[in-house]
Amino acid sequence: MTDPLARLDAVEAAYPGRGRALGPFDLTVAAGEIVALVGPSGCGKSTALRLLAGLETPSAGEVRRATARGETSVVFQSATLAPWLSARANVALPLVLSGVDHGEAGRRATAALARVGLQGAVNARPAELSGGMAMRASLARALVTHPRLLLLDEPFAALDEITRRALADDVLAIWAEERPAIVFVSHNVEEAVYMAGRVVVMTPGPGRAAGETRVEATAPRPAGFRTSAIFRAAAEAVSDQLARAMGAAA
Amino acid sequence: MRRFGAVLAPLGLVLLLIIGWEGACRALRVPPYLLPAPSAVALALIQNAGSLTVSAWRTLTMALEALAAAALFAGALALAVSLNRTLGRAVRPLAVALQVTPVVAIAPLFVIWAGVDHPGRAIVALAAIVAFFPIFSGAVRGLSAADPDLERLFDLYGATPGQRLLRLRLPSAVPFIVEGCKVAAGLAVIGAVVAEFVAGSGGAQGLAWRILEAGNRLQTAKMFAAIVTLALMAAGLHVVFQVLERRALIWWRGR
Repeated sequence: MTDPLARLDAVEAAYPGRGRALGPFDLTVAAGEIVALVGPSGCGKSTALRLLAGLETPSAGEVRRATARGETSVVFQSATLAPWLSARANVALPLVLSGVDHGEAGRRATAALARVGLQGAVNARPAELSGGMAMRASLARALVTHPRLLLLDEPFAALDEITRRALADDVLAIWAEERPAIVFVSHNVEEAVYMAGRVVVMTPGPGRAAGETRVEATAPRPAGFRTSAIFRAAAEAVSDQLARAMGAAA
Repeated sequence: MRRFGAVLAPLGLVLLLIIGWEGACRALRVPPYLLPAPSAVALALIQNAGSLTVSAWRTLTMALEALAAAALFAGALALAVSLNRTLGRAVRPLAVALQVTPVVAIAPLFVIWAGVDHPGRAIVALAAIVAFFPIFSGAVRGLSAADPDLERLFDLYGATPGQRLLRLRLPSAVPFIVEGCKVAAGLAVIGAVVAEFVAGSGGAQGLAWRILEAGNRLQTAKMFAAIVTLALMAAGLHVVFQVLERRALIWWRGR
């Protein structure tokens, strides 16, 4: 086995006045795999993601990453685009902040937007984009640096079912091209099983690992995967783990 | 139809009040020095149109000069405060103290400092003090109002403090600063009028002075004419700033 791309080693996260939100929690992310973190609200899924991104430091335990700055990208729960910038300028922002010159950054941003199907909206402002389009622009912003580790924090939570399915397929198609490791947080079991090769279930806060399910299927998913026996078996296994984790807490 | 009503309803009410006022003055034979009829006020407005326009312009320019000065100082101080937390802690109570002290109370001081020959300077300074606070507090709030996830994005890509300020904090603050300026514009007019009342010597010759002068001579209709001019000017300024605010927000978020 190759060295993991990122690893959480018995990490804990505590906030003053609110106590422990996460852990102790272990997670190993290998290069090129898709891992889903599933758990109830407040179990520290998003905290785990921020620890992986290096946006927070754990109060105990250790975070190890084999990625350099700029090789990790995050897509947040909402699109979080700057309203005063065009879609292109928003997508170019990570490059501009890393010192790439504006012309080059703009060209790469245009390409990244085209890749998520937004070639017609490069000059649009976020206020002119629908929820799904804004999320695609946000995804393009995360992809523009060609990350080795892509972290998605419930990126489709605010979208309608049809849009979120289309976006899930887009993410898988992009993954098939560049094979970044993807860790994505969800509270939707079906979505997690549809996207991930490995689903990690977390207990209610402070979150710990309650179980893990492997989804043995090719990615991008074949047509009709949602009705296949593999899908149903995996979804059932994850649901069981989730129910047990919730029951143990209650 | 609704737009029509939005314009007609207030106009109708004003018309009704004026008719009632005119009728009451005539029926009750109210002495004109106590309460002049609207027709007398209208006549005074026409007869003094020249001097009232000059005075309105004087008050307006003093208020706008004050607004510009306030925006400059408030913006600079808000920026400094947002960059240095200790400075922020030091400045905040002083700014609040300045804001809660009635401008009338400190006006005589400024009149002394500006010198009797330059009442205009004292008026601009006092109006600027009144206009300062909404811009300052708006800018301070705006400079810390950036989307926390966008802040995280800047962390993720190792943004420098300069990049964070220019590409995130300042643009995020724009709507707050614009709103602060709109509120401050109205306050600057109030500040200019109050300050002129206190300065009172007649050197500045704004609308407040016209009101005082007419009052001293018991020319009540002329007083009303100056008050109407002042109200119309302030309302006009309010509308202009409302339009400017809408324009600025459209420019900021693209629609």
